[in-house]
Amino acid sequence: MLPAPLVEMVAIHKLFGPVVALRGVSLTVRSGEVVCLLGDNGAGKSTLIKTLAGVHAPSAGDFKVEGRSVRFASPREALDAGIATVFQDLAMVPMMSIARNFFLGREPTKGWGPLRRFDADLAADIARAELARIGIDVRDPDQPVGTLSGGERQCVAIARAVYFGAKVLVLDEPTSALGVAQTAMVLDYIGKVRARGLGVVFITHNVRHAHAVGDSFTVLDRGRTLGTFARGEIGRDELQTLMAGGRELPGRGEARPGLD
Amino acid sequence: MNGGPAPKGAGSDDRLRAVPFLTRLMRRPELGAVAGLALVTAFFAFFAREQMFSAAGILNFLSPAAQLGILAIGAALLMIGGEFDLSLGSMVAFAGLAFGASIVVLHLSFVPAVLVTLAVAAAIGAANAQIVIRTGLPSFIVTLASLFILRGLTLVGLKWATGGSTQLRGVREALGQDFALAPFSGLAFRGLFTRLVDAGFIARFDTGKATVEGVPVEIVWFVALAALATWVLLRTRFGNWIFAAGGDPVAARNSGVPVARVKTILFVVMACCAALVAILTVVDTGSTDARRGFQKEFEAIIAAVIGGCLLTGGYGSAIGAFFGSILFGMVAIGLAYTDIDQDWYLVFLGGMLLVAVLFNNAVRRRVMGVR
Repeated sequence: MLPAPLVEMVAIHKLFGPVVALRGVSLTVRSGEVVCLLGDNGAGKSTLIKTLAGVHAPSAGDFKVEGRSVRFASPREALDAGIATVFQDLAMVPMMSIARNFFLGREPTKGWGPLRRFDADLAADIARAELARIGIDVRDPDQPVGTLSGGERQCVAIARAVYFGAKVLVLDEPTSALGVAQTAMVLDYIGKVRARGLGVVFITHNVRHAHAVGDSFTVLDRGRTLGTFARGEIGRDELQTLMAGGRELPGRGEARPGLD
Repeated sequence: MNGGPAPKGAGSDDRLRAVPFLTRLMRRPELGAVAGLALVTAFFAFFAREQMFSAAGILNFLSPAAQLGILAIGAALLMIGGEFDLSLGSMVAFAGLAFGASIVVLHLSFVPAVLVTLAVAAAIGAANAQIVIRTGLPSFIVTLASLFILRGLTLVGLKWATGGSTQLRGVREALGQDFALAPFSGLAFRGLFTRLVDAGFIARFDTGKATVEGVPVEIVWFVALAALATWVLLRTRFGNWIFAAGGDPVAARNSGVPVARVKTILFVVMACCAALVAILTVVDTGSTDARRGFQKEFEAIIAAVIGGCLLTGGYGSAIGAFFGSILFGMVAIGLAYTDIDQDWYLVFLGGMLLVAVLFNNAVRRRVMGVR
């Protein structure tokens, strides 16, 4: 038997008053797997991410992390369970240095009592080393994050989540604002993270980006899962049509006529 | 493939030195204040009578600089944290009333009166913070309201405490001698200065009395608070949170920084700085009145901006506010040592502010790479 998936969501519903944001979404994330979550605007991607991140609790449905049912009361709890979410704003402060951003909210300290202080040297060393591992050459960890390119910033945010022990990484449209080279850099890094055995939820509405790294593809439409497809079961064009049209399709894994 | 900037000589530490010294320097927020101070010092060294830079002359402009500086350091921390407190000047007057009334009307002794004053100030600071945080209104507007409310309450309170006057006298008499007064009044380091005078480093008046017998305590507070605030900002976890709360509160919150708590603490610290100035000046003059701290909110914020604080928060320094305040005091007092009409002071003030803001923006754009 396979080990329990890192994350298993079954028939998740989320209501905001009269608004049904999610009406039965299922998602499974395994170790070493990139799950792409596709959907047009308003499909429920954001609500699902926030449910994963512990911002919202689901109104109904099963949410398991490593086989145990969970109900997160805060983002902190999701983080403690190993689910790290990198939101589009990256939770980085442009005017602060790379090292300070890397440890924001989790600063290493040294000393004791009233002299307990931020260990700036340690922070700088770790930040530089962690970024060197992913091929970002930080000459100066005291350099403000605002001086990095969009792709580099995204990678710093991911590296931070990985460093702090994420088992599942939820990436909210990490490539949406990036150019070609920058996108390649981020996708490449997502591949490296997968190779380290993390589960990745990659949210995007760009089918090409999803197809470049995804192991499975889940398409959302108006709060519902339209289907989940393993890599090789569905081509780019089919994904694109599915996302755009949202028409009825055969269930998971079922072959469709005319598709090789 | 890794799209990062071209790596050369992987991971060696000597690349650190490749960051140009000038870039590092330009990245320091207090650069403008230091440069401005050097410029103004040069100006007065050339135009002012030489007494200005004698020991007595230096203390002469450091005293007002220190009173402003204690406020400016609090204002700088708060500005870096992304908020303003326009009520800080009125807070000086109101805290002065609280302190004076505690002693003269309630007959408290010095230490309890200080504690009452700090508690009152802290409570008002916390109230300002809560209104700003809960309503999401700009602190500019909320504390503008506090500015008027506190100034008005001070007037009303003074009349209540004195039976109709807007000046409360007799604080010194009521205090008498109290050991605890030492850190809040008179001069510090008298012993050291006696020796300096004896050694001939400091001049004497013709009567044989030393021109300087010690350092006014507010200067000691000023230096100590500047050092403490700088340490907190640059070398503590809380300092990191201050920058983050001001730089991007949403990002900070998402990273687990308790933004509301950070801001509340900063408002309270600001109020306590104002209360400290109130206590120092009331002990010094033995009285308090309704005009204490008048317009100090502007001067403190200007000193903080000259010190490199951005109006948008997230950037600045306490040591910059320290230098900014000294610059302020130097110009305010220094013109008296020249043949220049002292009313140029205000012109100079406005000019400095404008130059500082332009300079800060240019530096930020160039060095911070804000895109």
